[in-house]
Amino acid sequence: MTLNPMITLKIDGVQISVPEGTTILKAAKDNGILIPTLCDLEGLTPYGGCRLCLVEVTGSPKLFPACITPASPGMEVTTNSDRLKDYRRTAVQMLMAERVHICAVCVANDHCELQALANQLGVDHVALERNFTREQIDSSHDFLVIDRNRCILCTRCIRICDQIEGVHTLDLKLRSKNTEVIMDLDESWGNSCSCTSCRKCAKVCPVGAIYIEGEPITQTKNRDVAEFITARRNRK
Amino acid sequence: MSAKKTRVATVWLSGCSGCHMSFLDQDERLIELAKKIQIVHSPIADVKEFPENVDVTLIEGAVANEEQLEMLKKVRTRTRVLVSLGDCAVSGNVAALRNSWNNSDMAVLERAYKAPEDLQAAIPNMVPKLLIKARPLHEIVKVDFYIPGCPPSADLINYVLTELLSGRTPSMEGRAKYG
Repeated sequence: MTLNPMITLKIDGVQISVPEGTTILKAAKDNGILIPTLCDLEGLTPYGGCRLCLVEVTGSPKLFPACITPASPGMEVTTNSDRLKDYRRTAVQMLMAERVHICAVCVANDHCELQALANQLGVDHVALERNFTREQIDSSHDFLVIDRNRCILCTRCIRICDQIEGVHTLDLKLRSKNTEVIMDLDESWGNSCSCTSCRKCAKVCPVGAIYIEGEPITQTKNRDVAEFITARRNRK
Repeated sequence: MSAKKTRVATVWLSGCSGCHMSFLDQDERLIELAKKIQIVHSPIADVKEFPENVDVTLIEGAVANEEQLEMLKKVRTRTRVLVSLGDCAVSGNVAALRNSWNNSDMAVLERAYKAPEDLQAAIPNMVPKLLIKARPLHEIVKVDFYIPGCPPSADLINYVLTELLSGRTPSMEGRAKYG
């Protein structure tokens, strides 16, 4: 492994040195600054979908998604201004309004990243009218269940299925609010010929959209699984 | 010590009363509260008509039928500070689960009262008419503060009341807990 040269930048006023090519999100995380995100997961390619990791860079009026923006020398990044908090609260509200997010009846209650973020950011209500969807729930698999009404389309399940398990059973169909996670060529999960039943999709789902029937959610969730496997693979 | 007590009311709409239970779970802190507030209307107090000139009203539950809709509007006009208490009032929660169905008012009534195994299947007509969708309070009237939770913890309710009584603005940042 060749080591990239180190560069220096400032995040929230703290001087930080990271190897060239590191994303702002990773640079901040490695130095104890947590930027909220729902789609990014260490060990998988970044996606830039949830827009929660948006940060300010001094000198630019634009906001940058920290998960896909590489740190550059001399950059001055702000991760937690009032404006950003406000945008994040709006993004969380939009996610909660998009489909049916009713924590009290959800299998992932208390173990949900969206719920945790809403609590942390103080999203005490959703100002937008909630869209009560009736997306398909597929429980045809022996033990894996997908409730698409709870899906936030972060694509973690799709990326881990493709990049770590290497089968690419899961993918997206349609666009915009009709977007859905599908199995194979829109087959029911029980009839999927490529699914290896590895459970990784359920382990990394940030919400309660994919879960294992009859298993306590605390046992299922293991959001570090991609990072763990990738680290083992890279070990020479 | 002779300062006028703050007039507080609580209202129970489409909820399970769990939020009121949580209110009572403030336990000995209620004694402290009682020195500062007077409960002027509540499901646990025998007051038929919602009074005028209320300082703070905590409302539990979503708005699911016409009677509740009327009640909420009346409460709003008679209250200075309206607080959504608990997930049903804040988001619709369990009461709003039916919203995913078209004409969900009839859908739930038919499912509940017209099951084929019922001997005398009939939808009751002596009770207030259901709204097509169950709604959180802030979709109908202006709400001043929100206490999410199913139920919200007694600590959180106590925090909000204490802040309001001392003239401060409660903040849910890092405190709220849906579900």
